[in-house]
Amino acid sequence: MSSPPLLDIRNLTVEFATRRGTVQAVKAIDVSVGKGQTVAIVGESGSGKSVTSYAVVRILDRAGKVAEGSISFSGVDLVAASEAQMRDLRGREISMIFQNPRAALNPIRKVGKQIEDVLLQHVQATRATAREKAIEALEKVKIARPQERYDAYPFELSGGMCQRVVIALALACQPQLLIADEPTTGLDVTTQKAVMDLIVELTRERGMSTILITHDLGLAAAYCDKVVVMEKGRVVETADAKEIFRNPQHPYTRKLMKATPRVGSSLTDLLPDDQPKRSAPAKTAAALATASEPPLLIVENLVKEYPRPVTGSFLAKLIGKGEPEKPAFRAVDGIGFTVRRGETLGLVGESGCGKSTTSMMVNRLLDPTSGRIVFDGQDIGAIPARQFATSAFRRRIQMVFQDPTDSLNPRFTAERAIVDPILRMGKIRGRDALRARCEELAQLVGLPIELIDRFPHQLSGGQKARVGIARAIALDPDLVILDEPTAALDVSVQAVVLNLLEELKQRLGMSYIFVSHDLNVVRLLCDRVIVMKTGQIVEQGTAEEVLGAPRAEYTKELLNAIPHPPL
Amino acid sequence: MLRMIAARLKTTIPSVIGVIIVTFLLTRVLPGDTAAYFAGPAASNEAIAQIRSELGLDQPLPVQFVSYVMALVKGDLGTSLTTGQPVTADLAQRLPASGELTLFGLLLSMAIALPLGVLAAVKQGSWIDHLCRIVATAGVSLPVFFTGLLLVYVFYFILGWAPAPLGRIDVFFSEPPRVTGFVLIDSLIARDLDTFRAAFTQILLPALTLAIFSLAPITRMTRASMLAVLGADFVRTARASGLSGGKVIGTYAFRNAMLPVVTTLGMVFSFLLGANVLVEKVFAWPGVGSYAVEALLASDYAPIQGFVLTMAILYVALNLMIDILYGVIDPRVRLEG
Amino acid sequence: MNDMSQPPVAADGAQPLRFEAPPSTSLIAHARHIVAENPVTGFAFALFALILLAAVFGPWIVPYDPLASNTSVALHGPSAAHWFGTDQLGRDIFSRVIVATRLDFSIAVASVALVFLLGGLAGVMAGFFGGWVDTVVGRIADTIMAFPLFVLAMGIVAALGNTVTNIVIATAIINFPLYARVARAEANVRRDAGFVQAARLSGNSEWRLLLTQIVPNIMPIMAVQMSLTMGYAILNAAGLSFIGLGVRPPTPEWGIMVAEGASFIVSGEWWVAFFPGLALMTAVFCFNLLGDGVRDLVDPQRRN
Repeated sequence: MSSPPLLDIRNLTVEFATRRGTVQAVKAIDVSVGKGQTVAIVGESGSGKSVTSYAVVRILDRAGKVAEGSISFSGVDLVAASEAQMRDLRGREISMIFQNPRAALNPIRKVGKQIEDVLLQHVQATRATAREKAIEALEKVKIARPQERYDAYPFELSGGMCQRVVIALALACQPQLLIADEPTTGLDVTTQKAVMDLIVELTRERGMSTILITHDLGLAAAYCDKVVVMEKGRVVETADAKEIFRNPQHPYTRKLMKATPRVGSSLTDLLPDDQPKRSAPAKTAAALATASEPPLLIVENLVKEYPRPVTGSFLAKLIGKGEPEKPAFRAVDGIGFTVRRGETLGLVGESGCGKSTTSMMVNRLLDPTSGRIVFDGQDIGAIPARQFATSAFRRRIQMVFQDPTDSLNPRFTAERAIVDPILRMGKIRGRDALRARCEELAQLVGLPIELIDRFPHQLSGGQKARVGIARAIALDPDLVILDEPTAALDVSVQAVVLNLLEELKQRLGMSYIFVSHDLNVVRLLCDRVIVMKTGQIVEQGTAEEVLGAPRAEYTKELLNAIPHPPL
Repeated sequence: MLRMIAARLKTTIPSVIGVIIVTFLLTRVLPGDTAAYFAGPAASNEAIAQIRSELGLDQPLPVQFVSYVMALVKGDLGTSLTTGQPVTADLAQRLPASGELTLFGLLLSMAIALPLGVLAAVKQGSWIDHLCRIVATAGVSLPVFFTGLLLVYVFYFILGWAPAPLGRIDVFFSEPPRVTGFVLIDSLIARDLDTFRAAFTQILLPALTLAIFSLAPITRMTRASMLAVLGADFVRTARASGLSGGKVIGTYAFRNAMLPVVTTLGMVFSFLLGANVLVEKVFAWPGVGSYAVEALLASDYAPIQGFVLTMAILYVALNLMIDILYGVIDPRVRLEG
Repeated sequence: MNDMSQPPVAADGAQPLRFEAPPSTSLIAHARHIVAENPVTGFAFALFALILLAAVFGPWIVPYDPLASNTSVALHGPSAAHWFGTDQLGRDIFSRVIVATRLDFSIAVASVALVFLLGGLAGVMAGFFGGWVDTVVGRIADTIMAFPLFVLAMGIVAALGNTVTNIVIATAIINFPLYARVARAEANVRRDAGFVQAARLSGNSEWRLLLTQIVPNIMPIMAVQMSLTMGYAILNAAGLSFIGLGVRPPTPEWGIMVAEGASFIVSGEWWVAFFPGLALMTAVFCFNLLGDGVRDLVDPQRRN
């Protein structure tokens, strides 16, 4: 790169005014992006990666300001530029796409009109040609039937489709630089791949530069030339994408890379080298040894239907003669599987596939429409969910929730949360005995004992996750359902929590049903895997079989969609 | 669009039924003797007994309800003891005066509140934002009858700019021929500018009183929803695509921000129709509110009942219009309705 | 701003990384912070203390008997002897305004307490249990909401009879939908929240869930609601007595005093209506400020 970079950020510091004085969200960073280059800015939440990009296009909110440093874009000083100059650059020279595409579009304006607005603003079209050009832009992002889509409102489009519209909007004026801020977070893996491929294809085609802001190292590696790693507002490492994976220099980069699950790594590989490793949990041989025993859980022909709203006129409804009802929506459509003692079963699929509905029925928070759930020889599906709390089986099936914050009562201390199941269903009574048990549990899940008197808002995400796990195992359950237990956590925390879960399983001899969309994590933790799509099972087998040599097309598609970091 | 309106119309049916049941219950399930209420304080025992059988109060409740509904369908709300007229005729006679006052007050209020709320949100922390906050907090604290009296004192007694607070039109002017029932409009139709001016000076103070009263909720909601929308992702997208400030605020933010404001209008109407009663009393405005107050003082029950029912039906209709307006702005409602 | 909007979480074991100050442990410290940051709230608290004082000790601290008429000083303007002047019967307006505090305040407190219990409970149950409870509560609320509220209150008091108790009842009834809806919405969003599901898994019965998980978490919001509706309740009661419902002369009450003074406005005796109106306004203003203050105290995220 001998020519001057397109974007050059030097010594940039961004400050936010808060109630406790100013906080530096970005501290003296240098980033440069060459013409046609794709640069990833990688970091965990709070690293300042998004703030950096907002500073570039100068859309920081009121409390934030550039305190120091320079940003130059094709020779223009963006820090000193007037608001009118900036407005001219935004959308025409520098465009952005954001996380959560549906929210990024005006909900009450036709998507075609929204593209037109940008075209007209930057004089890329006249009133007469705007419509035509907007449809052209939709065509370029491979939206089928762009003529019709022009008139659609965002709520009529899927998430992936909305992201395509946002891309069309961003690229409508042929900018030189595209900043993509977590563009695929929240989208399903297959959609994610399609969107990323599209971005890369379009930007390459036009010789554009791209900044990809992401928390996902795999994504950065798969799509970028250069990687900038940020931690707590600082750039800790900048290197060639291939180089950084082969030879990471900074300890934080190494830690982050190790913590990212990938093919061939084991659970303990995720932990940093300096962390003491407890007994390396080999994947459960126990499960296979007990194959002759009857399974702990047998699910047969499980169905969950939701009625569709009756259509037809008011009067017709009144006399019960609505239009012939469509068949009820089947969220779970006749599935069956077993879980053996000591085994971890992975339940995998994209959003809406029915995996969460299945887990809610198995843990008896939701009543199935039909089918049997046989737990330890008894059909617990027959006990209504409302009465299950008082059943003797309640204590034997527990759950760890997806969002550790949401799953803790904000008014209960950690201790109160952990002992809640013991108070209701356990045998331990008396303040001291409960405290002792709580401390024992805290120790088991690696929660410092001095933290158990704190309220949830005084704990970090990882600590809250530990409280949730401690609560789930408080009564020594036989089966624990893990509903995306690490989806809301940063990768480094995820690594620790996954190891903890595996270790607890070994020690306490529990079985797990692990619900996840992340195949790399499933690979690490599960003995057997079930792949679901539209309420049905498309493939099941051992983890090696399903993820190593998939038979179903859909499984192959899922596996292909995962971005792989180079080894 | 038509489907949506039809769907909205259906949702008003339970409200109307509820209103009719409640007004029926209010008249029939009184702790005291209903017939005595209807007969008025000076009635003799025979008169009360006669009224009892006239009203069918000796019948069982369901039968009474049916005859009550039948009478309603015929537009029969009973007879006022004070005016001697059918209540329906009295209300019809006086409704335009109240309508004119309320609508004028609301228009005045929106003309101030919307720009104020928008500006306060756009220039958050500026003097206009502080002004907006003061208006919003002080406005809801002002008892509407008290504001009216203060305005009368200042503009009539001290400054002498306003006419005496005695009704719709000065005694020296004759009412224009009735077309819409709104004096302001009728006088314009009759091309009688003097009458228009006289009517305008009369309505200004009471309308201003109502406007000050409804200013607070509209301003507050406009500011809050504008602030929320300005922080929304799609406004960030619009700004990041370089759209001009006017386009971002006008086309993108304002239209979205209007959705909660339109919803608030329902509540504002509820307040206005109530406040109307108090303002009419202060300004001796010959509308339905002062009619009800006079009836209250005379313990003349049929007009009060008719007034409550009419206001409720009117309010249901206003809410229906607000719902439809909402659908016009929001395609999500329009297309799924 | 995705990095900023959700409180970022630091690596495991560390304290959460926050750009905002971490919520302080003690409510008192937090209250002090709020008052320090927003002196208006402090002012409102002081004003509230004053109103409370007048409500409790009013009859003992006033200079004149609020009911004693003295026609020799009828309609005198404010003076050293009569700070707020005298009315058409020569009664001391200052004494009447102070003594009236108790009645107006009691009406507001009683009606808010009543509707908090009934509306709050109905709403929480509707939101949590759903089904027919929800339908019934929703229908009742919708029916009340179908009326312009003040008009309905007029109708209720006219029908039930012209007493203070009925003013309290009418004010409670017209506020019912507001309380029921807020409580319903708050209970409903928490019905299937993670922590409630977790408590279900811990073997709590539905009623226990309602009492230990739902109710404590929506109390702060209901407290805000209560302080915000206090002002409205006072206005409503004063409005009713202004048109001659509920309280009757010669009882000192702000609404009725303004009504009595109304006829003297056009002849320039402004003080008769002005001071009771001012007292009414101040009280309502104080409650509204207080409501905003309580909201800041309870829910710092909602302030704008």
